[in-house]
Amino acid sequence: MSTKGKVKGIIANLVVVEADGPVSQNEICFIITGGTKLMAEVIKISGISTYVQVFESTRGVKIDSDVEFAGHLLEVTLGPGLLSKNYDGLQNDLDKMKDVFLKRGEYTHPLDPGKKWSFKPLVRPGDKVEAASWIGEVQENAMPHKIMIPFSLKGNFTIKNIVEAGDYTIEDTIATIVDNESKEIKISMSQKWPVKVPITNFKEKPRPFRLLETGVRTMDTLNPIVEGGTGFIPGPFGAGKTVLQHAISKQAEADIVIVAACGERANEVVEIFTEFPELEDVRTGRKLMERTTIIANTSNMPVAAREASVYTAMTIAEYYRSMGLKVLMLADSTSRWAQALREMSNRLEELPGPDAFPMDLPAVISSFYARAGFVYLNNGETGSITFLGTVSPAGGNLKEPVTESTKKAARCFYALAQQRADSKRYPAVDPIDSYSKYLEYPEFTEFVSNIISENWIDLVNEAKTILQRGKEVYEQINILGDDGVPVDYHITYWKSEIIDFVILQQDAFDKIDQSTPIERQQYMLEHVLNICNSEFSFDSFTEVDSYFKRIINTYKQMNYSDFKSEKFNKFEKELQNIVNERVVAETQISVE
Amino acid sequence: MDTKAFQKIYTKITQITKATCSLRASGIGYDELAVVNGKLAQVVKIIRDTVTLQVFGGTEGIPTNAEVTFLGKSPTIKVSEDLAGRFFNAYGEPIDGGPAIEGEEREIGGPSVNPVRRKQPSELIATGIAGIDLNNTLVSGQKIPFFADPDQPFNQVMAMVALRAKTDKIILGGMGLTNDDYLFYKNVFDNAGTLDRIISFVNTTDNPPVERLLVPDMALTAAEYFAVDKNETVLVLLTDMTLYADALSIVSNRMDQIPSKDSMPGSLYSDLAKIYEKAVQFPEGGSITIIAVTTLSGGDITHAIPDNTGYITEGQLFLRRDSDIGKVIVDPFRSLSRLKQLVIGKKTREDHPQVMNAAVRLYADAANAKTKLENGFDLTDYDQRSLDFAKDYSNKLLAIDVNIDIDEMLTTGWSLFNKHFKPEEVGIKQDLVDKYWPK
Ligand SMILES: Nc1ncnc2c1ncn2[C@@H]1O[C@H](COP(=O)(O)OP(=O)(O)OP(=O)(O)O)[C@@H](O)[C@H]1O
Ligand SMILES: [Mg+2]
Repeated sequence: MSTKGKVKGIIANLVVVEADGPVSQNEICFIITGGTKLMAEVIKISGISTYVQVFESTRGVKIDSDVEFAGHLLEVTLGPGLLSKNYDGLQNDLDKMKDVFLKRGEYTHPLDPGKKWSFKPLVRPGDKVEAASWIGEVQENAMPHKIMIPFSLKGNFTIKNIVEAGDYTIEDTIATIVDNESKEIKISMSQKWPVKVPITNFKEKPRPFRLLETGVRTMDTLNPIVEGGTGFIPGPFGAGKTVLQHAISKQAEADIVIVAACGERANEVVEIFTEFPELEDVRTGRKLMERTTIIANTSNMPVAAREASVYTAMTIAEYYRSMGLKVLMLADSTSRWAQALREMSNRLEELPGPDAFPMDLPAVISSFYARAGFVYLNNGETGSITFLGTVSPAGGNLKEPVTESTKKAARCFYALAQQRADSKRYPAVDPIDSYSKYLEYPEFTEFVSNIISENWIDLVNEAKTILQRGKEVYEQINILGDDGVPVDYHITYWKSEIIDFVILQQDAFDKIDQSTPIERQQYMLEHVLNICNSEFSFDSFTEVDSYFKRIINTYKQMNYSDFKSEKFNKFEKELQNIVNERVVAETQISVE
Repeated sequence: MDTKAFQKIYTKITQITKATCSLRASGIGYDELAVVNGKLAQVVKIIRDTVTLQVFGGTEGIPTNAEVTFLGKSPTIKVSEDLAGRFFNAYGEPIDGGPAIEGEEREIGGPSVNPVRRKQPSELIATGIAGIDLNNTLVSGQKIPFFADPDQPFNQVMAMVALRAKTDKIILGGMGLTNDDYLFYKNVFDNAGTLDRIISFVNTTDNPPVERLLVPDMALTAAEYFAVDKNETVLVLLTDMTLYADALSIVSNRMDQIPSKDSMPGSLYSDLAKIYEKAVQFPEGGSITIIAVTTLSGGDITHAIPDNTGYITEGQLFLRRDSDIGKVIVDPFRSLSRLKQLVIGKKTREDHPQVMNAAVRLYADAANAKTKLENGFDLTDYDQRSLDFAKDYSNKLLAIDVNIDIDEMLTTGWSLFNKHFKPEEVGIKQDLVDKYWPK
């Protein structure tokens, strides 16, 4: 008999319930009001009172309204058909809802139960399997989607029988397995999993080391993220977090992209809905939407479901990782999720931590980031979840609980600077404050020296040093005045400006400039460093500015041209001519 | 407010604070309306048989034996074409002496639009003000506030924008408007002869502050009626959202909630987002665009109200007095329209994005030159030219009294580049320079 209960208190979306039987923490229940069932999650149990957060508006709920407990935690349905879907935070398929407005209590099936998938078995009767073993495969948007033994099964099993290749729905039994006690279990192509529990059916989780190309130069060149790595992008409003994340979601070298729009603007999600079905994934020639799942719990959607949305997204990411795929997960903005926690904690009258956030916020954030990573599966294959979250610090001040907690959990830090955004130096990633811990991993150094070049890390460090020196002399010039410093200072400053304008700045809205393959990044970095290492002679600082502006301008024309196209080569030649006007003879670059 | 005959009357209030009162009652729904001593109130908390009501008119003078009746519904508004041309108070009651509205009764603060039923905004809203159209182009379905100190002429600019924008309806949600400002809007709308497409919900400084909480939802429910049922384009003006947020904090502090930053409720982000996210473009042509005002105190945008607003809206418009030209300008550095890239260079001339960016960059160079000057350093020739450019740019493009079309703004931009700079100093794509640089 399932547990039932009655409503005894309502404060916004926090409802107090008295249950007539056992309930468990994080169990799902439904509050019945005017014939509608409102989904809720148990968040605290105290004496006879069970506190639940309702994933919907509680308008009209009355004392003594009936409550039904579901006997399970908040879970998602996993199976073929997840890709290209637009879900809300609770994995309701938004496209299946026909109304213009979201209807309270309307829950839709996350997959397509009637749809037939062309299944191909990968195992034979008698084969030994365990949770997460691949037993079959279907093509999902032309991508191999592994059918796995449910993650929740413990122990070893033997395949008793498995269907032949053919068309099946996600609900059809495709295999029967038996455990050591000869108990039979029927397997279908879909399974459920509680979102707040990590899926850990893999052999080991080593340190990640493979570069994940994003096409964004300030990341790939200066502060790279890796397959299975974690990073975060804090920045004041309007600094470019969302634009940067969207760029990465379009360009990154990932098999699967999961986007969690968590408490942000609906129009930004609509932008993805509109663009992704049109845009092509350059590597596969297929539409971006085919490799993407969107979890849209925008700021006007229920707050409690906002908290759930990041877990829903992460669980779907873990599912695809278990198939040996490279998954990229993006969440915008993790601060909204933290705020959802804060709203609830305040209503529960818990003892508040800094800025009224719950005390356990750092732990919640770090265990979430820990779900990302690069893994060796039990069958020896690899899979990864690269996770990048944005953080929206109150007042743009990075000394606040969400930023500080995230800094401890994430390995890459892409700080967006207001000043850079104000002067339209996009992406506004601060090159000095930002970092990637992966640059310090010897595994990573080895990896990039194989795929890019032996001295790549040295070049990157050289560029960083030039940027740092540029910043220092700029401060000097500001204090002492243009003519209060040697002409060399101006040259040093402008060399750092070349790196800033040519490598760091990137126009996210230009077809060519928006994404730079690593080969081109290498070419440009070497090119720019070559110039930075040349000596120039000027009589006075007044000549320096306009000369380097010409160099930068020509470089920008190169950035706007197809790599090594006629146009590109023309500007490159033009650039060499400009350089040769002033370069000291022995460092002259030859013009073919 | 009328009460129906069968309704139970309660007369025993157990607790009263500045904005709320509590009593024992049963069978009450969350969010339900009540009348306390003739004042409208709404259920904000129920614990067992104790119901807490937020009294919109404030609790002054409410006795413990006041009559309390529950209305069995949450706040509503009657919608029909008759709304056009009318003025209402925060409860949706006429204040223009006209008759009550007949129409379908709808709950205010209703559910959100399913994101997959939205359309990407793509219609440019021209205002003639170059500081907006050129640098911060507005798009229908957008939500954007003016960030302004109280002494800036934001109501004037907003009225100007509203009248020039070609929309089917303009809905004014006034919160804590001074009576003078209310009369200003009324006059402007009257004089423009457009009163029949304007609807106003007004809470003035003479009215109790908590009443303001109803204004945005009233205005937006009316807006949804015209945008969804009638496929009309609707522009909603909300002024002043800072006073709305202040009212929120009054209520939440009275309910003993733990305040977060700047004594604002921890739910401020969600509360504001629920309002602003009503801005929408529908595939059928209807749209709701929200232009709001958030007054700042001493230009501080890190305060919780502008800060949360900035994280919700699609950009912001800053007004600033430029002492070099003695006029109010739309500040190009701090202003931003995030939807502009959906229209610039697409609905407008191809050179729009680059002209816009180049001009702002050069204006930034001028700002640096100014700093040098203030620090007593010599200026280079380039510095001097950028300062000259900045003055021209302010006067001919940024000032709020500019009223020209976008092509003309672009032409003005190129002529200013030509007047003060060489092509390579401007940093625009060569193809565009070849095509548009004045010969
Ligand atoms: N790489 C870029 N190239 C050109 N413009 C950019 C770039 N990044 C950001 N912008 C500009 O900045 C605006 C704001 O960017 P974005 O929406 O990403 O900010 P955000 O940091 O996500 O802000 P919020 O926290 O409010 O969501 C964009 O609409 C765009 O005009
Ligand atoms: Mg954003």
